[in-house]
Amino acid sequence: MRHLLSIDDLTREEIEAILDRAESFAEVGRRDIKKVPTLRGRTVVSLFYESSTRTSSSFELAAKRLSADLVSVKAAGSSVEKGESLKDTVATLSAYDPAAIVIRHPYAGAAQMIAGWTPAAVVNAGDGKHEHPSQALLDVYTLRRRLESLEGRRIWIVGDVLHSRVARSNVLAFTRMGAEVTVCGPPTLIPRGIEELGCTVAHSLDGLEEADVVYALRMQTERMSESFVPSLREYAATFQVGSRRLHPRQLLMHPGPVNRGVEISGEAIDSPQSLIAEQVAAGLVVRMAILYELLAGAERSTPVPSDDDGAPAGPTPIGQPA
Amino acid sequence: MLDVREGPAAELVLRAATVLDPVAGIEGQHDLVVRDGRVAELAAPGAAAVPEGAEVVEAEGLHAFPAFFDPHVHLRTPGHEHKEDVETGTRAAAAGGFCGILAMANTQPPVSTAADVSALREQARAAASVPVGFLATVTKDMRGEELTEMVELREAGAVGFSDDGLPIRSANVMRRALQYQHLCGGNIALHEEEPTLSGDGVMHEGPVSAAVGLAGVPSVSESTMVARDAALARYENARIHVQHLSAAESVEAVAAAKAVGVEISAEASPHHLCLTDEAVRSLDPNRFKMNPPLRAESDRQALIAGLRDGTVECIATDHAPHQPEEKEVPFEQAAMGVTGLETAFAALHTELVLPGVIGLDLLVERLAGGAAPFGIERPTLALHSEANVVLCDLGAEWTVGEDGYESRSQNSWCAGRTLTGRVLMTIAAGQVAYRLRTFSLGVAT
Repeated sequence: MRHLLSIDDLTREEIEAILDRAESFAEVGRRDIKKVPTLRGRTVVSLFYESSTRTSSSFELAAKRLSADLVSVKAAGSSVEKGESLKDTVATLSAYDPAAIVIRHPYAGAAQMIAGWTPAAVVNAGDGKHEHPSQALLDVYTLRRRLESLEGRRIWIVGDVLHSRVARSNVLAFTRMGAEVTVCGPPTLIPRGIEELGCTVAHSLDGLEEADVVYALRMQTERMSESFVPSLREYAATFQVGSRRLHPRQLLMHPGPVNRGVEISGEAIDSPQSLIAEQVAAGLVVRMAILYELLAGAERSTPVPSDDDGAPAGPTPIGQPA
Repeated sequence: MLDVREGPAAELVLRAATVLDPVAGIEGQHDLVVRDGRVAELAAPGAAAVPEGAEVVEAEGLHAFPAFFDPHVHLRTPGHEHKEDVETGTRAAAAGGFCGILAMANTQPPVSTAADVSALREQARAAASVPVGFLATVTKDMRGEELTEMVELREAGAVGFSDDGLPIRSANVMRRALQYQHLCGGNIALHEEEPTLSGDGVMHEGPVSAAVGLAGVPSVSESTMVARDAALARYENARIHVQHLSAAESVEAVAAAKAVGVEISAEASPHHLCLTDEAVRSLDPNRFKMNPPLRAESDRQALIAGLRDGTVECIATDHAPHQPEEKEVPFEQAAMGVTGLETAFAALHTELVLPGVIGLDLLVERLAGGAAPFGIERPTLALHSEANVVLCDLGAEWTVGEDGYESRSQNSWCAGRTLTGRVLMTIAAGQVAYRLRTFSLGVAT
């Protein structure tokens, strides 16, 4: 694996390998000293053109737990505000010879594009409404821990699919792992032709009882003014995932941040069937695994070095064309 | 109303060329003699006497067609000469085998006054390799609110009118323009798009846009406006030309209008005839972002059917040069448009003629079909007509961009493709406008 740009680039085996790696980092996370020397002496750049709490903090902490040097650049307050192009910003940061650049950008294809401009491994931390592969991987990880396997499981993704990169990556990831995915929402928020990703479409929550997992998406308040929905009140009445609609055996997920009382009711969030907190915890170990697979992954068979292991795992030369 | 830099009249003999002009009914191997810039003789191969001082081109195995006419080119001047200007744009046209082009008016500032048109015509007389006609905007500064001084613009030499780049939102303004056409003449070329349906769309709406997460432009954004303007043209008994048709629904709308006698013509671009939205999966804006967007395979097939049955009477490149900094950005942020003059014939020959989708004669006919809708004489090889000839090697393979471009910009939708069929020489308005360098040196024939 040279870059992580899209779930579409990953086979089921590659996904499994990342998740297995994440399991071993979960073990590291239970130690007193939660840091391993794997990426000592190597640099990870975190380049965020959009605001983010979960994704940026977990990628940055993941890099630190792996002992990498971290450069964190936010568009606000950087040369980007002075009009520097993406290409020039990436060239500037590449001068530090980073092993990886983690990028979040408001437009589709940005991560793929910069992969052509830098020798570093590129991690797509969300590009426009296109993809958010690390989110999909952590969601699969979270589900795998609960359900053992996603094979044959029914997963409903409910809400604003049109504007959601999480929905796109998750449809790909869940189906690749053998699940049957249904996307559900009003016709205005379901992109025309989405079935070709391998999911089915529903426009009502009738039938939700078949789901093993209900994955609610964030509903942004500005959608109302753009005539996607007549009102948030009506939207919530029709599509809110609430305790009354959920069977106790069904699991509930959400990528965050949640609009309590809009896409999910408050009590559902706080219920034991909610995996939302587990998703956040999974974010850290899965992102450690992603960086590990990209930067030290040549030695796939090497176990995670323990914290008292004197010799760091030999770093793979990064920056050479694959 | 077309202007070109005056040069010496062509004097040459294309010896034993395979000559094809489907409209004039010429097909066969001939010595094509050009004397004083006119088609003087079509003689048996090897039979033509060489006039005093004429050049002889050994053209056995090469094809001579009436040169092409492109009714849709962005020359970018005034205002964006870093992308293209009259000189580079007409050089690109000549290299593509075109003997005439029409330049769009969405420049900076837009071509909205008689003085703008006069200045451009003067530039063309100084720098244009092939004849250029200029369209003026329909509305002042393309704001869609008030009509330009259409009568004066025509008197200054505007070939016609277009707000290309933008639709004319207001049906009433559109109607007024059509009424005014009775006073001033000149076809009105229309960029058909319903802006509220297009929204912030950047590609065709369908399974590919759903998969890559780009906002879509639905086909009905185009076809509803075609239908609106066809109805207005019918009501006002006026004439319209629909630009860059992209959707099957739009082809239907044009055909329906023609069936009831509306004076409507339509063009399709080489990229819409060769590519589909599948290309956008690459998220490469340099080659695949344009407006209207690349659509589905069924739309492409409808355009091809339209070419065949005459619903689409001409091919127009919508040559839209942009500089790298406007294209080396994520898809949604990139400028819309691709260049196409230098590759139009070769691309369509490779993608449609060689696989047997359409015949060579139909391609040649449609590539020159853009003149008549604007009241310009169709290029022809008929005896005694002004020489407008393109000489092609249909077997030559070349990789687009390898030798650079005549255009100032490099955003060719064919960049990196290997095409079969190459323009070796173009004669436009009786003057030699272009020779492929290796051909003129006798390196490759």
